[in-house]
Amino acid sequence: MAPILELRALKAFYGQSEVLHGIDVAVEQGGMAVLLGANGAGKTTTLRAICGMVRSEGEILFSGKPLKQRSSEQVAALGVAHVPEGRGTFVGLTVEENLRLGAYTRSRNPQEGLQRMYGYFPILAERRRQQAGSLSGGEQQMLAIARALMMTPRLLVLDEPSFGLAPRIVEDIFTIVERIRREDGVSVLLVEQNANLALELADYAYLIETGYVIASGTAKALSDDPQIRRSYLGY
Amino acid sequence: MHQLLQQIFSGLAVGAIYGSVALALVMIYRATDLINFAQGEMAMFSTYIAWTLVNAGLPFWAAFVITLAVSFLGGMTIERILIRPVENAPVLASVIVTIALALIFNSLAGWIYSYTVQDFPSPFPDRPILGALITTNDLGVIVVTLLMLALLFLFFRFTSTGLAMRAAAQNPISARLCGIPVGRMLAIGWGLAAAIGATAGIMVAPVLFLDPYMMGGVLLYAFAGALLGGIGSPVGAVVGGLIVGVTENLVGTYLIASQLKLTVALVLIILVLVFKPHGLFGTGIVQRV
Amino acid sequence: MTKGFAVVVPDRTAGGQYAGLSLGAWRLIGALVLIALAAALPFFVSNYHVFELTMVMIYTIAVLGLNILTGYNGQISLGHGAFFAAGAYTTAILMQRYGVPYWATVPPAGLICFVFGVLFGLPALRFEGPYLALVTLSMALAMPQLLKYFDNWTGGVQGINLVKVAPPAGLGLDHDRWLYLLVLAVLILAIRGAANLLHGRTGRALVAIRDHPIAAAAMGIHNARYKTLAFGISTLFTGVAGSLASIVVSYVSPEGYGMFLSIAFLVGSTIGGIATISGAIVGGLFIEFVPNLANDISDAAPAALYGLAMLLFMYAMPLGVVGSLAPLFSRLLRQIQARGAVLSGSDGK
Repeated sequence: MAPILELRALKAFYGQSEVLHGIDVAVEQGGMAVLLGANGAGKTTTLRAICGMVRSEGEILFSGKPLKQRSSEQVAALGVAHVPEGRGTFVGLTVEENLRLGAYTRSRNPQEGLQRMYGYFPILAERRRQQAGSLSGGEQQMLAIARALMMTPRLLVLDEPSFGLAPRIVEDIFTIVERIRREDGVSVLLVEQNANLALELADYAYLIETGYVIASGTAKALSDDPQIRRSYLGY
Repeated sequence: MHQLLQQIFSGLAVGAIYGSVALALVMIYRATDLINFAQGEMAMFSTYIAWTLVNAGLPFWAAFVITLAVSFLGGMTIERILIRPVENAPVLASVIVTIALALIFNSLAGWIYSYTVQDFPSPFPDRPILGALITTNDLGVIVVTLLMLALLFLFFRFTSTGLAMRAAAQNPISARLCGIPVGRMLAIGWGLAAAIGATAGIMVAPVLFLDPYMMGGVLLYAFAGALLGGIGSPVGAVVGGLIVGVTENLVGTYLIASQLKLTVALVLIILVLVFKPHGLFGTGIVQRV
Repeated sequence: MTKGFAVVVPDRTAGGQYAGLSLGAWRLIGALVLIALAAALPFFVSNYHVFELTMVMIYTIAVLGLNILTGYNGQISLGHGAFFAAGAYTTAILMQRYGVPYWATVPPAGLICFVFGVLFGLPALRFEGPYLALVTLSMALAMPQLLKYFDNWTGGVQGINLVKVAPPAGLGLDHDRWLYLLVLAVLILAIRGAANLLHGRTGRALVAIRDHPIAAAAMGIHNARYKTLAFGISTLFTGVAGSLASIVVSYVSPEGYGMFLSIAFLVGSTIGGIATISGAIVGGLFIEFVPNLANDISDAAPAALYGLAMLLFMYAMPLGVVGSLAPLFSRLLRQIQARGAVLSGSDGK
């Protein structure tokens, strides 16, 4: 089966500066791929390029069809749900309103979706009428992911979901992501600084450094590699 | 005392007009950080359209509804064609564009309809009621304005398009990631603002009489009212408009008539702003460094 | 949406030689040539055109003031017409009531406007964005009212008629051309002064305050002092322009300084390039000529044409004429420089 997402010779630009210098990444159907690397390596830029948030050149294929030249909202409508850095919650709106917005492209009556999300994230059900801005970091992350899932996406794109969160909460979040992957066949593209955690969960990994993919392979292969272990995993 | 109450009520009526236009200004400001200086002239032009329809024999409320629809479409078109090109430019460029629009609308109105002051029919019989405290016309204006505000509230609160528009105004990037066409939401916002302005213009024309300069003062007071309420707050806009309306009336009756009334009213408003620089309901914008 | 306009600063760091002279030398030559041309111009055109060109220069000085405040320091003003009026009336009153010679009224007018500007700038510190717009707009609206009200000073609605200025004997210049050259001299001073101010530490502080007020304060820049100073300097320029205007036109009246003038200044500023110095010249040209042109083309709806011109300029050059063209010009210079380096075999610095 063709990969759900393929990036071929992808370059990305902030203004005149070229930040990604032609990278190749693939996410298998139903699989989870992770982009690893230090700060500023270009991981977030890659995700932004996929969702039309930065200027890019090269090919982006979604289920075999080219994705380039599409705006963020068009990419979202095709089934790519992006949970950005910083979560991007609508802090002035309630939890339930945030979730409803996730379903904007799917249906106008998202009751079923809401019930499912409240099932996955009971804490959100508790806080459904609260302003999203008043939630804790972990709760906002759950809200952001739930909002993305309301879209019934085919590809879930997560940018540093563990950032700033306690380990216990990160565990919870990833358990749910795994569950959704198994139950709904959603593919996942993950950017994580927490390399250990990411390599445990993912099938495939890419190591990005200053805009180049310097290593790629199965998660196991990368975590077994002594050099990578020393540079990125700390042992 | 009787006169005071009378002035307060008629101040509330004109304040309702200011509040509506203020609301239109705030709607656009929240979505784009831009004050639409053409709001008044657009409303004036819409009023002329209504006037033309009424003169052609249409019953008042039919003309009203048609004008609102045309204004809505007009507002959307203006956003898409005239504002879109400077969307990503510094705000000052958009300011110049709206000022230009104001000039164009004013000039076109004068050219098409002449500068002669015209009568505009009121749908409400001009009879004093409630013990001569308030005229039917004023009461009608207040009721229509309240109805319009209620409809808007319901729209933004309970429809998915309304929710999408609020989201697009607050956080356009996240909205796009949800698949919301932010550009279209913006256009709808301008359309609604134009329709609100048209309502205000039609309500105020019987009192101020229709000419191309009718809405100039209204826009200024609406702007002041929006700021007084807090430029980011829709509720503040309406309340601010009401306060300005009453203040203007009271200043005009008890303090000083004629031209200086405007200066005095503005000074009072600015005094309030000195103590509350973000308006009564405005919260300071938290700046992330 | 970007907050402020990028400041167009001439690239003083560009090294290299062009035909044996440094960039700085070329700049000086260019400036001298322009000044010579400007000084010669009035002798080749009719009296009326000389008057128009004098007004262009006056508006340039006024717009330059606005550029300093709104372009470089980010404080919007919809009320500069009021300061223009203040300068104009100061001159008119000093000349008519106290018999002060015209040329001696300009510095006091500037000084008074500077003081007004600082006094206004202090409370203005509390306001930003649309709030500041309203406060300054109120000033623009209040000014004509106040001028009419204090009529024993200002002559009320009738205004003040001034005696036409006589050019100094022995120079062989008539009234219009003498005033043209006088205003040209003031303009050169104004541009030089603005350039010194804005390309140095003060200018950088102003821009820093505009773009990142918190960071600026954290770096030790005294925001309040600079912002108030910016206001005062800005109104100084505009007040001097107003003073010159009343001398040139020989007449002041309240209606000439209403809201439309303030808006015209902002329009001219933005169309020229609000965070630039040379953009002020474009602004001055726009303010003087476009309304007349619009009237010539159509007397049914001239304002619509004026508005149309504004739209076209903004769509084509949203950063203003100078703001949009300057980066292109810089790029051209760099290309010339690179080519020159290749040709001369130097290390292409």
